[in-house]
Amino acid sequence: MPEGVIELRDVSKRYGKGDRAVVALDGLNLSVPAGSLFGLLGPNGAGKTTSLRILATLLAPCSGSVRVAGVDALKDPRGVRERLGYVAQEVALDKILSGRELLQLQGDLYHLSRADRDQRIAELIGLLAMEEWIDRRSGTYSGGMRRRLDLASGLLHRPQVLVLDEPTVGLDIESRAAIWQVLRQLREQGTTVLLSSHYLEEVDALADQLAIIEGGRVIAAGQPSELKAALGGDRVTLRVREFSDEPEALQVQELLQRCPGVRQVVVNRAQGYSLNLVVEHDGVVEQLRRQLAEAQLPVFALAQSRPSLDDVYLQATGRTLMDAELAVAGSRDPKAERKQSMR
Amino acid sequence: MTSAAPSLINAAAATPPQRSATAELVQETLALTRRLFLQLARRPSTLVAGVLQPLIWLVLFGALFANAPAGLLPDGMSYGRFLGAGVIVFTAFSAALNAGLPVMFDREFGFLNRLLVAPLRSRSSIVLASVLYITALSLVQSVAIMATAWALGYGWPGGAGLLLVLVTLLLLVFAVTGLSLGLAFALPGHIELIAVIFVANLPLLFASTALAPISFMPSWLGWLAALNPLTFAIEPIRAAYAGQFSLSAVVLVAPYGELSAAACLGVLAALALGLFLLIRPLLDRKLA
Repeated sequence: MPEGVIELRDVSKRYGKGDRAVVALDGLNLSVPAGSLFGLLGPNGAGKTTSLRILATLLAPCSGSVRVAGVDALKDPRGVRERLGYVAQEVALDKILSGRELLQLQGDLYHLSRADRDQRIAELIGLLAMEEWIDRRSGTYSGGMRRRLDLASGLLHRPQVLVLDEPTVGLDIESRAAIWQVLRQLREQGTTVLLSSHYLEEVDALADQLAIIEGGRVIAAGQPSELKAALGGDRVTLRVREFSDEPEALQVQELLQRCPGVRQVVVNRAQGYSLNLVVEHDGVVEQLRRQLAEAQLPVFALAQSRPSLDDVYLQATGRTLMDAELAVAGSRDPKAERKQSMR
Repeated sequence: MTSAAPSLINAAAATPPQRSATAELVQETLALTRRLFLQLARRPSTLVAGVLQPLIWLVLFGALFANAPAGLLPDGMSYGRFLGAGVIVFTAFSAALNAGLPVMFDREFGFLNRLLVAPLRSRSSIVLASVLYITALSLVQSVAIMATAWALGYGWPGGAGLLLVLVTLLLLVFAVTGLSLGLAFALPGHIELIAVIFVANLPLLFASTALAPISFMPSWLGWLAALNPLTFAIEPIRAAYAGQFSLSAVVLVAPYGELSAAACLGVLAALALGLFLLIRPLLDRKLA
């Protein structure tokens, strides 16, 4: 297999020491092929941001190797910085400077010549439709404007690799579409783009390659269509009542597992003991209804669909992405995370 | 957003001609300095307050001790003339001591990350930019102080004296800015940094020769003042104000001996270099 333009091997990262240490990455392996638009999908707290910060040389891993465009990020971080554009999740701007002045500063920090810098800024202003407000102070910008400006500063030095941390979180639809279009254009022109997201539809719509990450490890990777096709069959979600209890769910599970054409039945505890089934063909669903009627079980809801990325996620982790999000939501410590991001 | 957009990347320009490391260091330092000056130009209140405050010191403190008993100061110098050098140095010192605050806020708001993901030739450019900015600011303040002192009849240091003021302030600002930036990276947040600045600022003023000569102090305070870096900056400038200035002339009579202006500047230079070397590992550790 040819080496990807981004290669993370056995990367581990812990925050803090001793008993209170938090494991953010636990032997993460990731290979991003050159020229791909790669999606890193996972719930909040899975280790996406940590991985990207390691790529951007803001963090050093505790162990493992990191290569970007053939350059070892631990031995030659400057070489990586020259080749990589990084668009962080939280956009920090100097509010009193205009967007143009911030881009000029950025251009000088990347050592562009003045003529090149100014020409490049003009290009990006046109591309990201920033003419109207680029000379206003950045403190007045909306979220969408800030994100576009940040994308421009990530692209200013024409990086081989662009890394974006949740680029469209909280954006209006128009700004999101604008950013998607630029990302697609970048891929067509040969730039490798790695973006993290916890939006399934974003990764599904944009990425030609993806990796699902959870608990600091990659648990599935490949092309979205491939991953979906590999699952095969149709997905069925069944609820016998709006809120079942566990014994009943297990009883139904046992019943359904005996049906021919049913490949797998998972009890989804997080969603009122609903049942997630994988079935071979359409006829199976009718048969299921008959079986349930014979066992005198009601059907509150029954939905059938082709496999989605959410199913890929479910298959890999045993829970849906949304459940994973909810599970970590309460266990995070925003104060500690802010500390980690402070350098 | 146009579909016939210019190329996002450009293979020909993707490998720019290699420029020398020095040229790159100068470019990034000037860009960071420019940012600080743009901030100042758009928030001129910093400058106005920075110029007014030392003038208030000069006028009020000068008036407070205007009737000090004769013989308090060596050579029958007037208190206003004595005070000028102290206010110049203290003003520059305060500004330099605060230099770490904007960097701390950049850390807290995440703007520093923008600098850290850029391929800076050396992260010392962050320190150098602050030194350039604070030195320029201190010179403006010093000129205002000297002009006011002159208008109040406290004298004028003369051409060579002005050069001496410049060199002395540069050394002091370099040392203290380095220290402050070191603290900005070592301390957890701006609250702690402000606390340190608050605790260090005034005691260092009072334990120096800014407001009174060593001969006027109890011996323990005299010792402190004679070891205080501020004193090494104040005394050469004060000598320049007294006229007939020479680098080899004794400007500081300390409990441990007599020091010439050149020796005072040497101490400041050693301090600046020492502090810079001391904070380098910290910058590297935090910024590597």
